[in-house]
Amino acid sequence: MTNLTNLTLAEARDKLAKGEFTAVELTQAHLKAMEAKRALNAFIIETPELALEEAKASDLRRQAGTAGAMDGLPIGIKDLFCTKGVQTTAASHILEGFKPQYESTVSGKLKQAGAVSLGKLNLDEFAMGSSNKTSYFGAVENPWKRTSDPKAKLVPGGSSGGSAAAVAARMVMAATGTDTGGSIRQPAAFCGITGIKPTYGRCSRWGVVAFASSLDQAGPMARSVRDCAIMLGAMAGFDPKDSTSVNMAAPDFEKALTGDIRGLKVGIPREYRPDGLSDEVTQVWERGIEWLKAAGATPVEISLPHTKYALATYYIIAPAECSSNLARYDGLRYGLRVPGKTLDEMYAKTRAAGFGAEVRRRILVGTYVLSAGYYDAYYAKAQKVRRLIAEDFRKAFETVDVILTPTAPTAAFGLDETNDDPVTMWLNDVFTIPTSMAGLPGLSLPAGLSADGLPLGLQLIGRPFDEETVFKVAGVMESAANFTAVPEGV
Amino acid sequence: MSLDKDAVRAIANLARIEVRDEELDHLAGELSNILHFVEQLSEVNTDGVLPMSSVAAMTLPMRKDAVTDGGIPDLVLANAPEAEDGFFTVPKVVE
Repeated sequence: MTNLTNLTLAEARDKLAKGEFTAVELTQAHLKAMEAKRALNAFIIETPELALEEAKASDLRRQAGTAGAMDGLPIGIKDLFCTKGVQTTAASHILEGFKPQYESTVSGKLKQAGAVSLGKLNLDEFAMGSSNKTSYFGAVENPWKRTSDPKAKLVPGGSSGGSAAAVAARMVMAATGTDTGGSIRQPAAFCGITGIKPTYGRCSRWGVVAFASSLDQAGPMARSVRDCAIMLGAMAGFDPKDSTSVNMAAPDFEKALTGDIRGLKVGIPREYRPDGLSDEVTQVWERGIEWLKAAGATPVEISLPHTKYALATYYIIAPAECSSNLARYDGLRYGLRVPGKTLDEMYAKTRAAGFGAEVRRRILVGTYVLSAGYYDAYYAKAQKVRRLIAEDFRKAFETVDVILTPTAPTAAFGLDETNDDPVTMWLNDVFTIPTSMAGLPGLSLPAGLSADGLPLGLQLIGRPFDEETVFKVAGVMESAANFTAVPEGV
Repeated sequence: MSLDKDAVRAIANLARIEVRDEELDHLAGELSNILHFVEQLSEVNTDGVLPMSSVAAMTLPMRKDAVTDGGIPDLVLANAPEAEDGFFTVPKVVE
């Protein structure tokens, strides 16, 4: 039999339909891979029994002729999505043991489409981080290794680091991620996989543990552009339970993969060449431009003048929203409770024990920038600059159809290369944050390897609700890149 | 803006997070660095620019003001660290 864990979602879907193997066989092969790769720490909890039950049910549905769009396909769910009866932690001590009594809309829709979940995937605590090192349940290891130093452990990126590592290591065929400032795209780049943050409003946020509500968006992570298109189709759609979910039917994203991008204009922003951008990243970007030209698209230099302010804007708005959202962790209704003599003391002790250093730092920054006397100077100012950043994109899209940039300024870095300066760590997201601020769709796909054998990603940014053009261009780039490298042990 | 220990203590109190005295210096340094970093926004001319609170070009949808669920106290309390007689419990707040 073919190696079942190396198939793409699309291949497995078609082979299941032809009866070449069953959902139970496919699930068992992935459960075995999950066990073999446990040292990566990609999962916070594994649910193999549930997975096998779901796979059996899927095989029955197929026999009955009622199989859904993702029926029988093994996936992982980032542990930020509430899953009914299955522990949901957001990788935080403060939610340890929390078992939601309801299912998030997105994970529910995936179930509805027949997908088989193998468990809950590790992440940075409350999705705050770019390394997956802030998880209370331990760091995740990237399955990729440097050729010069194969023993050094590397980060998978973050915050959807468990999702990226599990997909790259063939433990699951695809996974859900969430992206607030780059949390799908940067780990996808670091782990050599494809991921898309759809337009804000495309996927329901209902039942997803909130970080920064005006930015948070769920999206798929998988090993091909087509796979992401299939999975986004199952995740997207209007949900009356999320007031920012857009009442618009999701198109058939897979149909967008026509391979024809002749005449499209591709914006190349000149501000995305900061000092210190590695030559390797620049070269991959230039190669990407050549691929698009060869396929009949036209590169156009554009300017997004407020790019350099996006990071500072983000690090006011995201902490402000996080401090407000995370006020709900009070030791009363769910999660951790540390006793105190008074109600206030109980709150303060619970939150001190429950939150990790990065989360605490962001709550404190957010509390400060929202406090009386500082609100206008910080928060209102950042909201104004946010509008200027969004306007930059709006103007650029008057002349171009899609924008091409690198996803991250470097390849994956070492787990032990500790960096105590949070601002330096945040620079990982310098190319992904502007897109988030503007609410636009952004996709990362693997475009080549660094000299040291690590994947490098390119990002495509589209107009609001035009994921189809993003997928179409990504499909052409994927064929040109012919990225066939795999991590160790696959 | 640089924050001193007292300012950090006040912010932590607003955020209801207990911070040990020996952590205050370190935190004051970290938070001050972050504030220095974000203060680069003062260079940007934002005269006449409206604050952007949402990217969604839509007005919030209205729904009927009606009860849509209820009668599930067991589910509501299922994750409570402490519950009694169908209620969440807290430390005594009235003397």
